[in-house]
Amino acid sequence: MMMLRAIGLMLVLTMASVLPSQAAEADLRAAIAKFAAATGFSATEAVVRELAASGDPAVERPLSALADGNLYVRKADSQVFAGKEAGDTIELLDPLSGDKVADAAKTDLTKIKVNNGLRRTIRDALGTLTLRAKDASVRLAAATTMFKTPDAANIEPLDAAIAAETDPAVKTLFEQARAASILVSDKPEADKLAAVSVIAARGDREALSLLTSVEASSQGAVKDAATAAIRAINSTLALWDAGQNIWYGISLGSVLLLAAIGLAITFGVMGVINMAHGEMVMLGAYTTFVVQQVIRTSFPGLFDWSLVIALPLAFLVAALVGLAIERGIIRFLYGRPLETLLATWGVSLILQQAVRTIFGPTNQEVGNPSWMSGSFDVGQLAITWNRLWILVFALLVFGVLLYVMKRTSWGLQMRAVTANRRMAASMGIKTPWVDALTFALGSGIAGIAGVALSQIDNVSPNLGRGYIIDSFMVVVFGGVGNLWGTLVGAFSLGIVNKFLEPYAGAVLGKIVVLVLIILFIQKRPRGLFALKGRAVEA
Amino acid sequence: MIAQRLFGADRRIAIAIFVLLAAAVIVPVLNLAVSPSSAFYIPSYMVALTGKYLCYALLALALDLVWGYCGILSLGHGAFFALGGYAMGMYLMRQIGSRGVYGNPILPDFMVFLNYKELPWFWYGFDHFWFAALMVLAVPGLLAFIFGWFAFRSRVTGVYLSIITQAMTYALLLAFFRNDMGFGGNNGLTDFKDILGYNVQADATRSALFAASAVTLALAVFVTAAIVRSKYGKLLMAVRDAESRTRFLGWRAENVKLFAFTVSAVMAGIAGALYVPQVGIINPGEFDPANSIEVVIWTAVGGRGTIVGPIIGALLVNAGKSWFTGVLPEFWLFALGGLFVAVTLLLPKGIVGMWDGWRGEGKASRAASLAEEAGADPVEPEPKIVRTAARTPGAWSATGPEPQPAE
Repeated sequence: MMMLRAIGLMLVLTMASVLPSQAAEADLRAAIAKFAAATGFSATEAVVRELAASGDPAVERPLSALADGNLYVRKADSQVFAGKEAGDTIELLDPLSGDKVADAAKTDLTKIKVNNGLRRTIRDALGTLTLRAKDASVRLAAATTMFKTPDAANIEPLDAAIAAETDPAVKTLFEQARAASILVSDKPEADKLAAVSVIAARGDREALSLLTSVEASSQGAVKDAATAAIRAINSTLALWDAGQNIWYGISLGSVLLLAAIGLAITFGVMGVINMAHGEMVMLGAYTTFVVQQVIRTSFPGLFDWSLVIALPLAFLVAALVGLAIERGIIRFLYGRPLETLLATWGVSLILQQAVRTIFGPTNQEVGNPSWMSGSFDVGQLAITWNRLWILVFALLVFGVLLYVMKRTSWGLQMRAVTANRRMAASMGIKTPWVDALTFALGSGIAGIAGVALSQIDNVSPNLGRGYIIDSFMVVVFGGVGNLWGTLVGAFSLGIVNKFLEPYAGAVLGKIVVLVLIILFIQKRPRGLFALKGRAVEA
Repeated sequence: MIAQRLFGADRRIAIAIFVLLAAAVIVPVLNLAVSPSSAFYIPSYMVALTGKYLCYALLALALDLVWGYCGILSLGHGAFFALGGYAMGMYLMRQIGSRGVYGNPILPDFMVFLNYKELPWFWYGFDHFWFAALMVLAVPGLLAFIFGWFAFRSRVTGVYLSIITQAMTYALLLAFFRNDMGFGGNNGLTDFKDILGYNVQADATRSALFAASAVTLALAVFVTAAIVRSKYGKLLMAVRDAESRTRFLGWRAENVKLFAFTVSAVMAGIAGALYVPQVGIINPGEFDPANSIEVVIWTAVGGRGTIVGPIIGALLVNAGKSWFTGVLPEFWLFALGGLFVAVTLLLPKGIVGMWDGWRGEGKASRAASLAEEAGADPVEPEPKIVRTAARTPGAWSATGPEPQPAE
């Protein structure tokens, strides 16, 4: 039943869409039929103009058939067909729909003759047809094609189209297409120079390739102008490339900052390397997944809010797990940083396997809310919304954390413990509590980092693994106990990474960065922004 | 005789060497000469498996030399192991000759596949066993020397050193995954045929490799014991327990560490070279930082700062792994993770260290009761200073263990 109903619906819809065009089609057929009566090129041209004047895109088929010399009149009944040669016979096709109607011998048909003048008229008519289309995207596409295949014959229809065009974006593209056509025409030098400057203003790779061919084929002032324009475009493109690398680097840096900042706090305050930090990020990502699942099944309307809902939950989940790890394991291992490292590694294995057992080893699908999908262009740069939001979010988290560290009493206690633990304890600060809460805070931040990362990365049990070494590098590079160090470390590593990628490839770039950091550590073993202290060893 | 003095000083090491040498003889005999129906027959897969474990044990011993005796927690020892393995793998690849799938007499299969025109320069010489053997020692040793030279000279210590050793093995992992590195990329080196003219798959060759592993391990135990007993060994432990103090006394701590690190890397390289012909493959996965950390847990379980401990730990953990992955594959990571936590929390000195502790207590209480019987005042037995006990940093603190901020 469902099937039938669907088919019926489809039929009705097709009928509805066909009906209004049938009237127009009848007119077109009447016009096409006039080809049979037309004798001589001027008469044929009149019919072509009549068809073109209809402005219906459907005339494209008979007109291009005519231009190719494939339009025939059947002698018997003076009907007009498009034809396709198949040996001795010719397949007769309906001129509008292109469906096969019959076969006929060559002798039964008269070919409608065309000359070069007529062909040009047809091509102009066809070009104008799409240039005047009602849909702006069709006009854009037509202009783009004309830009890519410049032809002197395009200039006139483009001139007409430019005069009639109202959309500024389409108009610019029309002008560029016209300029491209001028460059291949035999117009005077002054026109060509103007055209070069129009195209140079476009400033992208297509303009570059067009100008390169112009430079090769022309002489004198035009050649010089093209060379200058190419140089200018190349330098702008290099700038945009650099800009793009910087943007990618900043984006990578924001991700690294999110992943590393919690690590930096725990490492700075407690001297504890938390190998399970990556798993906290993973827990945050899985919290997002669960929240989205619940929303999908129960409250579909809230989907755009899913991330906002997931943020506090992810913070709580990760912070609680972190607190449990600190109270249950790490506090027994203080003073033995290497053992702490091993124990937290064990915890990370357990957490990974737990998630794998519960959710399965495959990637889970976490959707982008509508305000995070899509992208926009800045010049030659495409900036995706999710990357931009993550950057904003990372800076926001950084700002909040900076506020907590510098302006709250808890932050003061944390800084005191970082600077001199025993002195802080003597001053009445409950260092065990500071430790526990710091660890929970660091883990919680990893959790919200997971919410952000779930938007750009695969949510799988191995999510954390991919970030942990990079996060360590950020912390080691930036120096511990200083949030600004982490910020600078994250962004400089991100940008250096992305700048190396085009030259060395993604993998080699990463290797180079690792080697650079290893060398850097030789020079400044405590990182960029080391805390000044008087102790001889950690 | 020095050897006698050494063995006299610690019976345990002598026993370990004896057991290993005995195994090197008995296991091949039981595999080759005893009929498969006999109860004493050791199946070939068992020989290969235990041979593999012995290589792991050698790797754990190598790590113990730097971690247990010098306090350098290297999270990159898997890299030296894998480099040694690759050197051996390259020799084995060259031995395939024209029997590969593509039948190219010079180029290994993967190079033909990747359109190499000629052998890369770093593959020259690997058709000779002596050269490959030299590289097994030289490549990991050189890497460790250069790495350690920079790291120890600028006093990178503690967790910082652990992290950058991890970064080192991670960088190598990424590098060896690349096809244009010329080491077979993702698939690594495999499909070996001959070693020194003998078929790698044959039972006799496997037994010989097992014997070689056991003998090498025995030798490594001997060498490690000799290093640790020497005056240099005392220095090593001094650096572990109080690096600054040692430096203030006029010793160059960085040279002490560098020597131990390099020797340890060479041992790890040998372990890798013995490992590859027995498992028949070497691929970049061996560089995975997770593998290197697993080595640490073998050493920790057995007892760091002891010589037989890492061997026992490696054998036990790997036997457990084989059993677990066969019976309950999902739970292996739970077990391994739990092991990490349990060992660091409850067994900081490992099995051997704990055994020593018990024996020490037992001796002390026996001495006390003897003294009581003799009518003497019960004197507090002098706390046995366990030679192997690592100083716990923070022990000087009046309030017991507490965190130390990273500086």
